[in-house]
Amino acid sequence: MPDSLNVNNKSVGQNNYDAIVIGSGISGGWAAKELTEKGLKTLMLERGRYIEHIKDYPNSNKEAWNYPHRGRRTQEMIKDYPVLKRDYPLNETNLDYWVKDSECPYTENKRFDWFRGYHLGGRSLMWGRQSYRLSDFDFEGNAKDGIAIDWPIRYKEIAPWYSYVEKFAGVSGSKEGLPQLPDGEFLPPMDMTCVEKDVAARIKEKYSGKRHMIIGRTANLTVAIPGRTKCQFRNKCSLGCPFGGYFSTQSSTLPAAVATKNLTIRPWSIVTKILYDKDKKKATGVEVLDAETNQTYQYHSKIIFLNASTLNSAWVLMNSATDIWPDGLGSSSGELGHNVMDHHLGVGASGLAEGYEDKYYYGRRANGIYIPRYRNLFGDKRDYLRGFGYQGGGNRQGWSRDVAELSIGADLKEALTEPGNWTMGIGGFGETLPYHENKVTLDKNKKDKWGLNVLAFDVELKENEFKMRKDMQADAIEMLEAAGVKNVQGHDSNPYLGRGIHEMGIARMGHDPKTSVLNKWNQVWDATNVFVTDGSFMVSSACHNPSLGYMAFTARAADHAVVELKKGNI
Amino acid sequence: MNRRDALSRVALILGGTIVGAEAFLSGCKTGDKKLGESLNLSPDDISFLDEVGDTILPTTASSPGAKDTHIGDFMKTIVNDCYEDKDQKIFLAGMQKLDNASKAKYNKSFLEADTNQRHDLLVALDKEQKDYMDKKKPEDPTHYFRMMKELTLWGYFTSEIGATKALRYVAIPGHYEGCVPYKKGDKAWAT
Repeated sequence: MPDSLNVNNKSVGQNNYDAIVIGSGISGGWAAKELTEKGLKTLMLERGRYIEHIKDYPNSNKEAWNYPHRGRRTQEMIKDYPVLKRDYPLNETNLDYWVKDSECPYTENKRFDWFRGYHLGGRSLMWGRQSYRLSDFDFEGNAKDGIAIDWPIRYKEIAPWYSYVEKFAGVSGSKEGLPQLPDGEFLPPMDMTCVEKDVAARIKEKYSGKRHMIIGRTANLTVAIPGRTKCQFRNKCSLGCPFGGYFSTQSSTLPAAVATKNLTIRPWSIVTKILYDKDKKKATGVEVLDAETNQTYQYHSKIIFLNASTLNSAWVLMNSATDIWPDGLGSSSGELGHNVMDHHLGVGASGLAEGYEDKYYYGRRANGIYIPRYRNLFGDKRDYLRGFGYQGGGNRQGWSRDVAELSIGADLKEALTEPGNWTMGIGGFGETLPYHENKVTLDKNKKDKWGLNVLAFDVELKENEFKMRKDMQADAIEMLEAAGVKNVQGHDSNPYLGRGIHEMGIARMGHDPKTSVLNKWNQVWDATNVFVTDGSFMVSSACHNPSLGYMAFTARAADHAVVELKKGNI
Repeated sequence: MNRRDALSRVALILGGTIVGAEAFLSGCKTGDKKLGESLNLSPDDISFLDEVGDTILPTTASSPGAKDTHIGDFMKTIVNDCYEDKDQKIFLAGMQKLDNASKAKYNKSFLEADTNQRHDLLVALDKEQKDYMDKKKPEDPTHYFRMMKELTLWGYFTSEIGATKALRYVAIPGHYEGCVPYKKGDKAWAT
């Protein structure tokens, strides 16, 4: 560990801080950076192990042939990871970054695919890095549609904070001038493949400029920034990047926080509750269960940032101040744990793109194309609310393609050493509405490895999403065919939430403490020195990858927290 | 694998082959024995699989064959660790079936058959598996030779020899260009 880093291992010494940050993922890392840079002595609590940048990325330089199973999952892994096995994350290359399901069970009254990362950096190490801004179509949507509650802020209030975090995190992308997908402070965009450029041009023409296919906006550096090397196009991001080529806590926010000398990190620290003083109506600190020793400790601070990841933040709040509110801190509105959202996906289409046999590409681009939302916008009206975007790509087939006319032997081998046809595929990411009845609660009858009650899930897609999915598949087929793609086949599988790994809701912000858990500054109405800035605050899900928004709201909340602290208001 | 790869894998399914896919099936054991009697495959079993693999992907002017990548060991590892029980049984029984097919056709074991005979036999078995796989119901078992072929392709092209000699691989590309010239004969990228 770096010399300048304080690691508070066994509660020796200091128990009082200016601020405590619960969690070290994308939003927790940002909270720590902002608070320490503003001079606050800050304790970052991480429930899992310490992962040091570069040194603790054991597989980041491995090649396929260095893995006994070439990266594939084994039967033993399938047994140990009954949830993770449901989708792509279960594999041999970064298994240590995912929570062992058998140690951390949860209750599925309805199926919910919960893919977790309990270690320093959280899922910032494995995230998909797609980074998009919400627009006023999103912030105004609930009010216009008359559902749930209104967002308490509008785009112009958060736009400067998007700029602020983009400049630091490093987001590559192209400026497109699309009102539904505001431009940002972009590093140079990545290139499209020849086929992607062709398909993009044809979509633009076919839909008269109402639909767009653009290069993905991704938190990978296309130029170096101080302390970090640019993306090397290895496409090994999810192993941890020894170049710091993509944004993670370890590559970006943590070094900044450490440099202030104001940060203390305590790994193996499961926060079991936020301590609440009912006379002062403020939180006073947290109780921590040491995940290694099962000892309990208390730490105190003036402010607390809760960034445990959306669903675990619900868990912490539900276990806090239960002597005042039986359902936990923030439950007075009746909304804590409710309005769980994710993006629904697994729907799309793909096919063969003819021509371009004399074209190829160089490098492994850890990015794809993006088709921003166009449904229920600009006069379009569907029989469902909101819309969806697509991610995808156009690439040449490799050795795993079927060569129907060839059997076995030298001819097959020689054929497979050359690239095959171009394929073009797109997959939708759909907005999920905030339903009060989509909720998590505490299951008092089931316990995890540490004897703690677990969460129970009652979350499902409903009619609006299922109607949308029909469009998501039909539109994908139609657009690809319109773009000249052949043999287009649609697909639609596993309509379950969780697998988007974009958990949102549970502690929405709002104008009114009677209908929301947080105010517009991410403060818990019932304890204004507690800020919740992971995905919990989201009032609607929009349809794009949300992490950039968590960064922006966290930076904004941290700024507000320090101002309020100095004024003596919290 | 990240989600983008998972999404783009959908495109590969178009081609029909999903190499090493999770779903495979159940079978019966033939009388005779020896080959593939247990998961603890013997050195002879490994040699046998090496030769099967090398017949599927032989040494050519431009690159070594599957045997040079220890394809037999690879198949053993994957079948032992990644296959479900019912698929393991099919694979193990399939080794004996393949040998029996050689005996029926040439009156020689597969290892005794010459290179051309081995090639012709596996061409016939490949046709058999394709015909069967095209017609089978989803719940029907996978053909053993399909497994052997998929394991050979997967193991070979993800080996160091396969990726760097049969295909092209640059560990650290350093930059990305979306549209570069390609001429027939240029090798495909390994990933």
